[in-house]
Amino acid sequence: MIKALERMAPFVFGLVALGLWQGAVWVMNVPPYVLPGPIAIVAAYMGDYDVLNPALLSTLTVTLTALVAATTIGVALAVAMAASSLVRAAIQPWAVILQVTPVVAIAPLIIIWVNQPFAALVVCATIIAFFPILSNTAAGLAATPPELLDLFRLNGATRAQTLFLLRLPSALPYFLTGLRISGTLALVGAVVAEFVAGSGGFASGLAYRIIEASYRLEIPRMFAALVLLAITGIVIYAALGMLSTILLRKRDGA
Amino acid sequence: MLSINAVSKRFDNGTLALEKISEAIDAGDFVALLGPSGCGKSTLLRLLAGLDMPTDGAIIWDEGKQPGPGDIGFVFQDATLLPWADAAENVYLPLRLRGRARREVAPRIEAALAQVGLSDFAGSRPKALSGGMKMRVSIARALVSEPRLLLMDEPFAALDEFTRHRLQEDLHALWRSTGKTIVFVTHSIYEAAFLASRIFVMSPRPGRIAADIRTAIPEGVNRRTSPEYVSLVAEVTETFRRVMPR
Repeated sequence: MIKALERMAPFVFGLVALGLWQGAVWVMNVPPYVLPGPIAIVAAYMGDYDVLNPALLSTLTVTLTALVAATTIGVALAVAMAASSLVRAAIQPWAVILQVTPVVAIAPLIIIWVNQPFAALVVCATIIAFFPILSNTAAGLAATPPELLDLFRLNGATRAQTLFLLRLPSALPYFLTGLRISGTLALVGAVVAEFVAGSGGFASGLAYRIIEASYRLEIPRMFAALVLLAITGIVIYAALGMLSTILLRKRDGA
Repeated sequence: MLSINAVSKRFDNGTLALEKISEAIDAGDFVALLGPSGCGKSTLLRLLAGLDMPTDGAIIWDEGKQPGPGDIGFVFQDATLLPWADAAENVYLPLRLRGRARREVAPRIEAALAQVGLSDFAGSRPKALSGGMKMRVSIARALVSEPRLLLMDEPFAALDEFTRHRLQEDLHALWRSTGKTIVFVTHSIYEAAFLASRIFVMSPRPGRIAADIRTAIPEGVNRRTSPEYVSLVAEVTETFRRVMPR
């Protein structure tokens, strides 16, 4: 009973908050170019979905492409770092430097360097997204039980056998944690890159629609785009969470 | 089978873990390496396995033949099974690493699981097995490659008393029926006295072998309560009183 209540709680709270918001807008007569009510936002979406939906699709394409690139680069670097301490020593500080430098600051450079707008956005989002995958996978590879490494040695395992039969499967839970963080970061990266690129970029993503709407003082449309972004973030997070549960259950048995 | 010739081991941090250990282990011996925590018994076991090298001295195998892959079975304190593989796949692992096809060695996997009494659990993942059963799978995994030497590092220390007794009885019976050479690290005098045919009593830091006691306890259900067992426990306890610093 309490479990069911707890599950309902966020939805009830959300509805109450939306109701209060709408009520306040009505009672105080707030003009929609300052703060639109939820109804106005929904109306804006209904009026503009033929623009907003393709924009969402465009941002989502950048996000998912970046996530695939981040996964590939992150896992490859983590494996290289686990295989050789020299590689680890060489790469680790640079990976950290890339991580701590705000991507907003690098994005203009990347947009100048990379001619193709789509590629430029993907590069920005990848830079933001790859670090959690790299650091988590590296931690997972390093956390392989030493006894099992000894067992593989005693039986004359090759490096490839140790990697594919032991280290990578051992690191799976760590990798999945990283992937989940990176999934939402890729979206953040895509949006940041679109903001920086502005009309010089791809000129079709959700972030671009937000800028455009703010220039035209179409605040309800701005909010509609914002809501779409929030929902996308939640869906990505939940989907990767589900993927991780399914994969781990499949790996270790129910 | 092998002799340990004046073996010393000093760790990188300067600690002298083992000092001039010399012993010979014969084929068919069940040796218990008995000593308190930190006396270097696990270190000696790793040297025997070839996982570490002695700082001084050497371990010399008979016929001058160093063990190759699969010649040494190792059982760790934890079962350390692959969580994503079922019992049979875990037992198959050492053979798989040497490129043997699963179909070709299926009878050996079945035989190893039968030896530890787990024929009915071949398809179970570690998650579905109890602590004692996991340890049995781990022992089957060490036996499947038919090793010349079976090394065990406190394998039953984490189990409850009842499970531990059952596993001790089964291991002792397995040794009697197969004649395997076993070196078994433990810090329990009772376990060493019950299982082994020889007990190496080790003194702490730097580890030395203070006594090499050969045991003769009648086999059978009364093994744990026989007067010979009781007097052996007393003898080992007395030895420790002499060698332990106060």
